[in-house]
Amino acid sequence: MAATSGGPWLDGDAGRLIRPYTVSGGRTRPTVSFDLLTLVRATGSRPHSQLGPDHAQVLGLCGRPTSVAEIAAHIRQPAVVTKVLLSDLLDCGAVATREPTLLGPDSPDLALLEAVLHGLRARL
Amino acid sequence: MDFAHDCDPFPAAVKVLIAGGFGVGKTTFVGAVSEIEPLSTEELLTQISRATDSLEGVEGKATTTVAMDFGRITLGARHVLYLFGTPGQERFWFMWDELCEGALGAVVLADTRRLDQCFAAVDFFERRGLGFIVAVNEFEGAHRYTHEEVRAAVDLGADVPLVMCDARHASSTTEVLVNLVRHLIETRNEHAPEVVRPHEPSAPHP
Repeated sequence: MAATSGGPWLDGDAGRLIRPYTVSGGRTRPTVSFDLLTLVRATGSRPHSQLGPDHAQVLGLCGRPTSVAEIAAHIRQPAVVTKVLLSDLLDCGAVATREPTLLGPDSPDLALLEAVLHGLRARL
Repeated sequence: MDFAHDCDPFPAAVKVLIAGGFGVGKTTFVGAVSEIEPLSTEELLTQISRATDSLEGVEGKATTTVAMDFGRITLGARHVLYLFGTPGQERFWFMWDELCEGALGAVVLADTRRLDQCFAAVDFFERRGLGFIVAVNEFEGAHRYTHEEVRAAVDLGADVPLVMCDARHASSTTEVLVNLVRHLIETRNEHAPEVVRPHEPSAPHP
C-alpha cells in the first residue's frame, strides 16, 4: 500500500482504497451537466448547510474562474465525481458557472479565432 | 476583486487538441506551452461499441474512463485556451469523437522515426472535418526529412500545413499553435465568403 503525495491511498491490487463515489455519496450523475471546460467561480455566498471537506476543498479552488478539468486534477478525483460535487455547490448558490465556447463546424467565429491568434502572438 | 469593474467575470474557454501516436511528445508539448504544470484528469467518454468488443445484450454505447493530460494558456482577460493531449493508445482512437466536440482545431504531432503512428489521427480529423496541422517533433539524433518527404509519407493534403517544431520549447510550441489558428482562419475565410473581414490580417510574425 502506498500513498502518492497528497493523492488517493492506493493498494497494489485493489487500487484506490477510498472509492471515488464515496466522495460523491454514491451519486454518479451531477444534477446539471458540466463539460471539462466549464468554468466555475465562487460567488462568495456561503451555503446554509455545513459543507463537507470535499465540497469545501472544491470551493476553495474556485476563487477565480477555474475549469472543471483543473478542479478534478487538483482534488485527484475523476471528472464525474468532481461534477457531482460542483453540482451540489451550484445548487446551493456557492458557485456560478460558464459553459465553454464551443466552435461548431458551421460557426465561422472569426472574431474568436482572431482574438486567440492575437493572444498567442503576444506570447512569442 | 480583480473583476470589480467587469460585468462578466468569466473569460471564454476554448480548446485545442494535441494528437499523435504514443511517445511522440504530446505531454512534452503541452507542458512546454502551458502556463501551468500539465495536469491529468480522468473523464468518462462514450465509446461507440465495435463489433469485436460488443457484449451480448449491451447495445450502442458504453462509457470508459480515459486519462487525459491538459494544459492552460491565458490569453488576456477574455480568453483562456486549454490544450488536451488525446489518449495515445491507438485502441482509444474511437473516443476522440467526443473529445474533439467543440474544439477549435488540432495539432497532429509526428515523429519522423514512426510516421505511421500519426496516420490514425490525420485520417480521423480529415473525416471529422476538424481543422488541423501536422507538426513534426524534431527529436535529437533523428534523421531530418524535408517537408516534401514527410508530406508524401503521410499522404497529407496540400491544404494542410506542415511545420517543424521542438516540443520542449515554449516559443516553438507557441509558434505551432499560431500556425494552427492562422490555418483555421484561412480555412474559414475560404468556406465562408459571405463573412466580411473586419480588417486585413497583420503581417506574419517573423
